[in-house]
Amino acid sequence: MKLVDEFRDPSLAGPIVREIKGLLDGMGRSGESPVKVMEVCGGHTHAIFKFGLEEMLPPGIELVHGPGCPVCVLPTGCIDDAIALAEQSRVILATFGDVVRVPGSVKSLLQARAEGADVRIVYAPTDALQIAIENPEREVVFFAIGFETTSPSTALTLLAAERAGIRNFTILCHHIVVVPAILALLDAPRMQLDGFLGPGHVSMVIGLAPYDVIARDRGKPFVVAGFEPLDVLQALHLVVKQLAEGRSEVENQYRRVVRQEGNPVAWGAVQKVFSATADREWRGLGIIPRSGLALRPEYAQFDALRRFDVPGERVADPKVCQCGEVLQGVLKPWECKVFGTACTPETPIGACMVSGEGACAAYFNYGRLTTARRLPIAGEKHG
Amino acid sequence: MCLAIPGRILEITDREAMIGRVDVGGVSRSVNLLCVVDDEHPLDSCVGTWVLIHVGFAMQRVDEDEAQRTLALLRQMGESLGGSQLSRDADSPPLQNPRGEEK
Repeated sequence: MKLVDEFRDPSLAGPIVREIKGLLDGMGRSGESPVKVMEVCGGHTHAIFKFGLEEMLPPGIELVHGPGCPVCVLPTGCIDDAIALAEQSRVILATFGDVVRVPGSVKSLLQARAEGADVRIVYAPTDALQIAIENPEREVVFFAIGFETTSPSTALTLLAAERAGIRNFTILCHHIVVVPAILALLDAPRMQLDGFLGPGHVSMVIGLAPYDVIARDRGKPFVVAGFEPLDVLQALHLVVKQLAEGRSEVENQYRRVVRQEGNPVAWGAVQKVFSATADREWRGLGIIPRSGLALRPEYAQFDALRRFDVPGERVADPKVCQCGEVLQGVLKPWECKVFGTACTPETPIGACMVSGEGACAAYFNYGRLTTARRLPIAGEKHG
Repeated sequence: MCLAIPGRILEITDREAMIGRVDVGGVSRSVNLLCVVDDEHPLDSCVGTWVLIHVGFAMQRVDEDEAQRTLALLRQMGESLGGSQLSRDADSPPLQNPRGEEK
């Protein structure tokens, strides 16, 4: 596939890895004191596992898998609210496929559907609006989740609904934004990160300026990266090069897609419909101030919470679940007490196992446990 | 979740709603083009353009010149290290092919 295969050329990977190793050796970083780089985005986590990039890298660099999977950080209480909406007789609840499997406090949306709730899986928010147009006697609620990559499509769908005068369409909004979460991670006491791979597709919408606060004010190199294996390796090289040269800047490896200013049409639609003022709970990380989008008062008629009652309660994560520590990068997935035993992709307890982009599901599915500096279970070999 | 896939715009199918037909890896899909149309890039000029698609919306035009520049940088790095021991030494095992095909 054009624009994909070129960035998977194995013959170009080795030289980048050797350059990285040379820089790390020059800094005296080895397996005992590795440079720690967080890939913020779940898409990067997925690419790193799928292409076996961790195995290629020298021991002087360690990848920390970040919280950039919006499905993984959906809090339990929010799922309960969505189920409460779906179980109202007039409501059709529409959402993305990977959301329906996230466990709530009692069940998932998929289980609610098995019990009779009308839950529809859609590919795009516009599909949910179409369901509303085709079912004027029903109330359609779109459970809107995702980062800045996804919120423009929700905003544009609401603007289309407004223009068309569709009144039976609302959203349960759990759109979140990336930068406040990264800042919260940097403030966490146990966190020791040296730099970041920035989310390529969030950046194609918001541009590069929002990351200045991380690179300039917090002194952490921040390199926006594409999602093919050579993209990830080249971006890691740029991060390590900054560290070696004592710089901390925002750099853009994903130039074919990310412009300095982002996409003003897409982000403009978001700013018209939403304001970034909502404090949001992130599974495993707690409440992060101003990390969520809220509908502006002019668009309040699209707020499902104004039309329907939901429990709206904060629900603690299951006690055995250590997703929070995994999302903060202080625990590797296989070090979690229930990883691969009680918690598997078939029967997830925590959200990191639900989505294919979650760090736990990635370790489980791709079996990359040989990179573990401590093996998970004595005598067991993966590979 | 933030997955976006490249596709090439084939034709405009609904001018008012700015919907086009896009070829995504051989499959034709209906995609909203609103976010990639502006004064510099009017709707008609978009046909033939590569875009990245996310949940039914084209979110950005792909700059093919920039793609070539990035690849040139990567190739340069390979050449400056000498082409004789590319990628196949013990330090750096080759990229695994996710589909399991031998290359």
